[in-house]
Amino acid sequence: MSNPQQLRYSKEHEWLSAVEDGVATIGITEYAANALGDVVYAQLPEVGDTVTAGETCGELESTKSVSDLYSPVTGEVTEANQDVVDDPSLVNSAPFEGGWLFKVRVAQEPEDLLSADEYTAFSGN
Amino acid sequence: MSTAPRLTALDALHRSLGATMTDFAGWDMPLRYASERDEHNAVRTRAGLFDLSHMGEITVTGPAAAAFLNFALVGNIGTVAVGRARYTMICAENGGILDDLIVYRLGETEYMVVANAGNAQIVLDALTARAEGFDAEVRDDRDAYALLAVQGPESPAILAAVTDADLDGLKYYAGLPGTVAGVPALIARTGYTGEDGFELFVAPEHAEQLWKALTEAGASRGLIPCGLSCRDTLRLEAGMPLYGHELTTALTPFDAGLGRVVKFEKEGDFVGRKALEAAAERAETAPPRKLVGLVAEGRRVPRAGFSVVAGGQVIGEVTSGAPSPTLGKPIAMAYVDAAHATPGAEGVGVDIRGSHEPYEVVALPFYKRQK
Repeated sequence: MSNPQQLRYSKEHEWLSAVEDGVATIGITEYAANALGDVVYAQLPEVGDTVTAGETCGELESTKSVSDLYSPVTGEVTEANQDVVDDPSLVNSAPFEGGWLFKVRVAQEPEDLLSADEYTAFSGN
Repeated sequence: MSTAPRLTALDALHRSLGATMTDFAGWDMPLRYASERDEHNAVRTRAGLFDLSHMGEITVTGPAAAAFLNFALVGNIGTVAVGRARYTMICAENGGILDDLIVYRLGETEYMVVANAGNAQIVLDALTARAEGFDAEVRDDRDAYALLAVQGPESPAILAAVTDADLDGLKYYAGLPGTVAGVPALIARTGYTGEDGFELFVAPEHAEQLWKALTEAGASRGLIPCGLSCRDTLRLEAGMPLYGHELTTALTPFDAGLGRVVKFEKEGDFVGRKALEAAAERAETAPPRKLVGLVAEGRRVPRAGFSVVAGGQVIGEVTSGAPSPTLGKPIAMAYVDAAHATPGAEGVGVDIRGSHEPYEVVALPFYKRQK
């Protein structure tokens, strides 16, 4: 598995895309998706919600467990991925693409995110 | 105390298949190989192959073997015919369940008791202590066997491809010695999935050869390797109890709705008889809580330990819960107050991290295969 170079990563195993027109896309990494197992339910933040870097903003439920979803960035949610709500298995099959979770209008650039290489070293994958 | 996990004879094979491993009762076992939902569905519709070598085998032999097991266990083992098996339990003197077991009668005076991995030592110790005064020998055979299971509707055809044994003549809860894929095996028609299937007890050094032969024979019939994650959802759908969840030392078989395994009519005394007679009467006249099924109306999944609620009051506790691949909804088993245990009971919910989610009370099992 490889972590896309153009993304940045949190130690809670979320990824953050490059900011375009002030908005960044957020998802969980393939490593996290594999660790969870089949995701069966995604509770995502709603459009208009304010999310704070490092704080929980939703949950992902898999066969064996439920995991809190952390936002890697502070800002206002502009979109939640309805495809994932309808078919949570997208998180497993395409965590870096169709399985993205939500978009945020970034209020504050995060400073402590990892590069792809740093995250690969951190997660061991 | 920290000890290194025990490895089954198939450990290297699991790793080569890319299994995600998990600690289970001190054993490093496959949790899943890829998608646990795909593994679950394979067992329901085609076939799955499991390594269950963590299960604990204890052999009981001797002229008084049957009389001893009748004393040590709650079932009537004396009536089990050679080549047949029985689901039963071992209880403490106070009636609490020490473990649920399958006992196979291998010969006139030879039985194999199969215990859960987490309880195997407890069962071994209890049997050894209770054997005093009986002309019977209790032998720890945990290391003598690897255990593979082939489960699912295609399993008879798959197994038939690698054995000459008479599988058509092998009924549910029967077991016979035979040769499978060239290795000696005890072939049992038992399982923990709610499907037809077989459990194969073999010497550990033969496990890999057997696994590979079954994999090859099953390839064209959709057999895939399966881990403990799907085993748990399969048994949950089938309404089968799991020790540590639905069964504990704090409960008698009657509390768990499994009083039928206790045979008061058998000859002689048995450990726990007095307490179990009282438990039977209590269950008849004033049952405290009952084990029921819950089906979610929403998508949030109940987990073991979550409170069952009605009218703002806690009326029970979830013992097992998971998203059900077959029903497409979260399901759970729970002990609930008798007043709320009737299927269709109104206003029952589960407290899922502070929010009361509505649940339907149903009779178990959730899933029953079409025969």
